[in-house]
Amino acid sequence: MRITALEDLEKARERGTRSLYPSKTKIMVGMATCGLAAGAQEVYDALLDEINKRGLDVSLSQVGCIGWCCREPLVDVLIPGRPRITYGEMSPQKVPEILGALTRGEVAKKLAIGRLDEDENLVEGTKRSYLASGIAAANTVPSYKELGLFKNQLRIVLRNCGFIDPRNIDEHIARGGYLALHKVLNSLSPEEVIEEVTQSGLRGRGGAGFPTGLKWKLTRQAKGDVKYVICNADEGDPGAYMDRSVLEGDPHSVIEGMIIGAYAIGAAEGYIYVRAEYPLAVEMLTTAIQQAEEYGFLGENIFGSGMDFRIHISKGAGAFVCGEETALMASIEGRPGEPRLRPPFPSESGLWGKPTNINNVETWANVPVVIARGGDWYSRIGTETSKGTKVFSLVGKVENNSLIEVPMGISLREIIYEAGGGILAGRDFKAIQTGGPSGGCIPKELIDLPVDYEQLTQAGAIMGSGGMIVMDDRTCMVDIAKYFLTFLKAESCGKCIPCRSGIKRMHKILCDITEGKGREGDVELLEELAVVVKGGSLCGLGQTAPNPVLTALRYFRDEFDAHIRDRRCPAGVCKELIVYSIDSEQCTGCGRCVKVCPREAITGEKKEPHCLDPERCIKCGACYEVCKFDAIVRR
Amino acid sequence: MNPNGTFLVNEIEDIILNDHQNGMDGSLISILEDIQDRYHFLPKDALILVSERLGIPLSQTYSIATFYNAFSLVPKGKHLVSVCLGTACHVKGGGDILDKIRRELDLDSRETTEDFEFTVEEVRCLGCCSLSPVVRVDNDTYAHLKQEQVPKILKKYQREKEALEA
Repeated sequence: MRITALEDLEKARERGTRSLYPSKTKIMVGMATCGLAAGAQEVYDALLDEINKRGLDVSLSQVGCIGWCCREPLVDVLIPGRPRITYGEMSPQKVPEILGALTRGEVAKKLAIGRLDEDENLVEGTKRSYLASGIAAANTVPSYKELGLFKNQLRIVLRNCGFIDPRNIDEHIARGGYLALHKVLNSLSPEEVIEEVTQSGLRGRGGAGFPTGLKWKLTRQAKGDVKYVICNADEGDPGAYMDRSVLEGDPHSVIEGMIIGAYAIGAAEGYIYVRAEYPLAVEMLTTAIQQAEEYGFLGENIFGSGMDFRIHISKGAGAFVCGEETALMASIEGRPGEPRLRPPFPSESGLWGKPTNINNVETWANVPVVIARGGDWYSRIGTETSKGTKVFSLVGKVENNSLIEVPMGISLREIIYEAGGGILAGRDFKAIQTGGPSGGCIPKELIDLPVDYEQLTQAGAIMGSGGMIVMDDRTCMVDIAKYFLTFLKAESCGKCIPCRSGIKRMHKILCDITEGKGREGDVELLEELAVVVKGGSLCGLGQTAPNPVLTALRYFRDEFDAHIRDRRCPAGVCKELIVYSIDSEQCTGCGRCVKVCPREAITGEKKEPHCLDPERCIKCGACYEVCKFDAIVRR
Repeated sequence: MNPNGTFLVNEIEDIILNDHQNGMDGSLISILEDIQDRYHFLPKDALILVSERLGIPLSQTYSIATFYNAFSLVPKGKHLVSVCLGTACHVKGGGDILDKIRRELDLDSRETTEDFEFTVEEVRCLGCCSLSPVVRVDNDTYAHLKQEQVPKILKKYQREKEALEA
């Protein structure tokens, strides 16, 4: 069923609207990877079972992730005319309670965690109230607008995640999908599209922040008949999963962005390079591409405009360096993913030597909104140099582990304490890591730093792809520096010696320091090696590899000194430097630690303070993990 | 694969053909991925066969097979235990979970148990950071893991084997 005119798009939109907001009650289950890992499939099955058993006339649907990760599995209930209610930490056992309340037309108050009174269509800038006239909002359930996690959010990239069934193209269209493409193909020249993107101020969301409009322009101007566009979905930074969420929750937003980009640049073929660790994202993308082909958004003569464009999926095979653009292209070509020297840049000579434009998932997903609402609208969001929003995965030692999208320029404090709800278990905030292995740890002194590309770079970190890992006073910064070098040591492709051997040497020094074998002068040696690795490497991996170590040294030098001079790990993490003991004041003699100790190192009478034999202890931390009374001491 | 550890030529031929038909780009990497999925490693004879069929020098196939982490040249266990050591999992004790699993399975410095039931490997981020620490066994993901839960989880897969033998 090909769509060639606006009327056809309207018809698809009507179908999508009917399935998004049916005239009967609708139940949605968040079934992205993290939801599934938390048990969403079991919840879905239980719902289906119980709905059939009770003979309810209810529509059951699956959606992507709304980002409230810490409360997964999530179930949303939409009764026509009433607010949409989110239920958290669902399990099959809780299903009867929800359905019971629903049949009575009520809200299961104890399980409800959030309420949405309206639904925003970001692409068109419209709102649709869920409330029928005369029906008041269910005030006992907090509104999303009042919740710290959501109140600062502006969801452009995540506009449809958690709202639509990612396998249903009509639902995507009903929320403004493919309207921008229609606009582009019917009323804008390629140059005008590029102008719009340039005016928006959109910069690459993969990390480096190169202006998207300029990149497109360079590729458009490059000589050659055959050109390519590529979507970099090789999200390799540990602690980052925003691209996965977009691909699993709203794959069409990326596909539409790529088609618009291909039109602007003059490409007839595109590739999505997606990491193999994301099987569900591959599945959703494959389905979405098929549907887009059926509707005529991909293939020949798109929207009857004469434009041809196809998208291929290329699966990665587990190499972090393939996130680097020249390595990524080598991998698509079927070669080992080794980066090469730039220039020539991909815009001039990329995939198979042809001009190529590479953007990452989040950048592509921004494009339809930029076109639909205009570059001017977009450029009013954010800071002077960083426009728009950024998606962050807020994880680690923070209460609300979540996926958030906030305007650029928001402070770290707002992110950690409002969206994040503060530090886990009321501990002290120590640092926040941004930018993955190319970034760094920002200390608590800089908590009011506004988040944009320049500010983060000045602080010694980088924006990166958007992983934010919160660390508390029980995180050792020397250990974190070592952690990233362990990662990079394994992922260096080995082409440049300063990267291959330099990282190895730096890693060895850090291992020595954490094992109590550090020597005076080690820090200086690390700094010297960092200069060599940065200066002597071809690609971003090596050029930024020392960053985690350098920021740790810049802000947490005293921790390095404690390890080297006093043979002490202040955070109580480095195994060779700590001893476990039991605080007899706190110990209630509950015996949980005795059960989990693999070496029978803990002894004691029931209800009497226990003893820990440091000779037998292997410092596995099992006792520390289970003690509810903070009686296990690591020093 | 048949019990003698050899693979079936037909199966590899099918994989090569299938890859072309599925619209994946038919590249060497995706073919090797499918072989890896099927056998849990890349048998030497399979690499030779793929090279012949695609007309690619074996050295090139070998360089791909050794460059990417997804490929293994040695056989892996029936159950793949992937312990996530992404940053979030690392700060929340993923390393201790890994040690615990290795102790439970008596692995010392090996990756695979002697009975080829389990292979334990570190992965750097499964992208479920909000559930950290995370371990994936085959297609099942375990969230917010504590060391004390490890034996029970492994038992579940060990019991499968016992049930089969009975």
